[in-house]
Amino acid sequence: MVGDAISHAVLPGIVIAFLLTNTRDSFEMIIGAALLGIFCTFLIEFFHKRAKLQTDAAIGVTFTWLFALGVILISVFAGQVDLDQECVLYGEIAYVPIDLWITDSGQNMGPRALYIASLTLILIILFIRVGFKQLYLTTFDPAFAATTGVSVALWNYLLMGSVSMTTVAAFDSVGAILVVALLVGPAATAYLLTDNFKKMMLITALIAIIISILGYYLAVLLDGSIAGAVVTVAGLLFALAYLFSPSQGLLTKKFQRKQINELSPDAS
Amino acid sequence: METFKEFFSFSDPSIVAVVVGAVLLTASSAVVGTFTFLKKKALVGDAVAHSVLPGICLAFILSGTKNPVWMIIGAFITGWLSLVIIDHITTKSKIKEDTAIALILSVFFGIGILMLTNIQHSGNAAQTGLDSFLFGKAAALVGKDLIVFGAVAVILIVTVALFFKELKLIAFDSNYAKAMGIPVKWLDLLLTSLTVLAVVTGIQAVGVVLMAAMLITPAAAARFWTNDVFKMTLIAAIMGGISGLSGAYVSYVAPAMPTGPWIVMIISVIAIVSFFIAPKRGIFSRSLQQRKLQRLIMDENLLKELYHLGEKDRDPYKGRTVAEIIEERFFPKKPLKAALRRLKRQGFLKEKTGEWSYTEVGKQKGQRVVKLHRLWELYLSKYMKIAPDHVHEDAETIEHIITPELEETLERMLEYPEFDPHEEKIPY
Repeated sequence: MVGDAISHAVLPGIVIAFLLTNTRDSFEMIIGAALLGIFCTFLIEFFHKRAKLQTDAAIGVTFTWLFALGVILISVFAGQVDLDQECVLYGEIAYVPIDLWITDSGQNMGPRALYIASLTLILIILFIRVGFKQLYLTTFDPAFAATTGVSVALWNYLLMGSVSMTTVAAFDSVGAILVVALLVGPAATAYLLTDNFKKMMLITALIAIIISILGYYLAVLLDGSIAGAVVTVAGLLFALAYLFSPSQGLLTKKFQRKQINELSPDAS
Repeated sequence: METFKEFFSFSDPSIVAVVVGAVLLTASSAVVGTFTFLKKKALVGDAVAHSVLPGICLAFILSGTKNPVWMIIGAFITGWLSLVIIDHITTKSKIKEDTAIALILSVFFGIGILMLTNIQHSGNAAQTGLDSFLFGKAAALVGKDLIVFGAVAVILIVTVALFFKELKLIAFDSNYAKAMGIPVKWLDLLLTSLTVLAVVTGIQAVGVVLMAAMLITPAAAARFWTNDVFKMTLIAAIMGGISGLSGAYVSYVAPAMPTGPWIVMIISVIAIVSFFIAPKRGIFSRSLQQRKLQRLIMDENLLKELYHLGEKDRDPYKGRTVAEIIEERFFPKKPLKAALRRLKRQGFLKEKTGEWSYTEVGKQKGQRVVKLHRLWELYLSKYMKIAPDHVHEDAETIEHIITPELEETLERMLEYPEFDPHEEKIPY
């Protein structure tokens, strides 16, 4: 749920970075968003620890406040910001090829968003590769991590910073809300399919690729938003895993129980 | 100032409509939000807010009009469905509640967006304005809409008022409520329905994303001012109402400004200020209390150590230097000196050429702390059967907290003992 909060809370960071640099898709924008994401995480912790506010309320208050701030900033500088509420809520990936990166010498380098997305992907993979052990430890056993000298807070903030980065990179294409489905959906689906952490990461990436391809065709078929369609497919895959996963599926479990009952009729 | 007078004289009927609409919407969601907040289900509102979109689109596709009644029914159905699914996933699989909420809200929203864009591309002229459900349009509430949403708001407030006692019970202790024969399941259902209804109407004012704030933020702010549920509900409603009113004013003064975000901005500022300055629960007041307690403990420890020094050379009133005190027990120098000066001001200590000594009351106070410490050690080893070498730490904490009544009880229970488990004399 913190991912959801961050994806909304980065908005003011994006707007401020935009006002400072006057370009979209800039590196500054990603930095601005990452900072805001970390700030959001900090605020949630602060309200929770210092004011003893329950976590769900701390999250709710923080991200709605920051999002409102972002929308207000957009309206105040409406003339200067090439951002609007629709784009923020459900970006349009179909427009991505229009926004081309043309070098000073006039050479066409292809869609700008493609570069941003690739850069983010490389950075995220590097981050996970370098910090895998620390991330793994702080995720599963923060107390043990702390005793071995790994700073839980630092890695938490780094992780949240990278969540913010991903969010911004996805902003143009899918918007603030649907990016949550992309963050959570494949991971939750994979979580139902395996108990092995490394396998779970691989399956997550695989599912992500599948849903973007299937989602695109669904969107073409229905003549609707690509992002919306991708998320719809993500939901469908989750539903399938939820019902039929070999180890966790609802129907699988029911079927197994039935088999056991048939084998030993008196047991029931 | 002119516009301020103009606005608050309410001479323009359209202003009245907007103000009444905004205040009713914000206040009624604040009232319902109080109970979801107390049930620690604050983010449920966020889930519903996003999940109503496919319902709204579906209602439009089926009815072909933007009649608010159809919209509300459609929104109600999918909003409700999302909560059922979240509940199902949380109880039936290993997926945690927050993951389930995030997943369902974004997937429902995605489906909604897919339908919305499909409708928009279909070229149906009646669809314009459907996306006002996404961003809210408090300032544009007029006529029929206002009547519908006003009625819903009133229904919400009246229902909460009727079932106040029961809702309060299930918010705090649903097991107890069940044991009392209260239909907990039905009341949960009622609260869910109220939440969905509040969201469906409130979305009109502030839009999908910020709807969560209308439910959570007033309740979170009100929680800091009172421990009484009724007062809390009232305060939340008033705070919500104020934000609604100010939001309407902002959009009157600057029509280009989005009303919803301003409403949320105002209620958020109210809440964050409350987090800091509220008496008792606020951050400032908490840290003040903490510092007071720390000082008290420091002072009492200091007096206690002076007593220990006095016990050693049998002269409790002898002057001690700072170095001597630190040798007996380590204190950081700066707080130690501050505490010495504080105790002098309060008349517990005297100072002569760098040497600090007890006054009569100071000795009594130090002696009492030592007595409590040793009484407690004895109590622990005698009644709790804790080994004598394990009782010191506990006594170190409790000695600052024991009240005179408890002190008396301890003395009586232990029959005014002479020695503690470490064979040290207990001073009376």
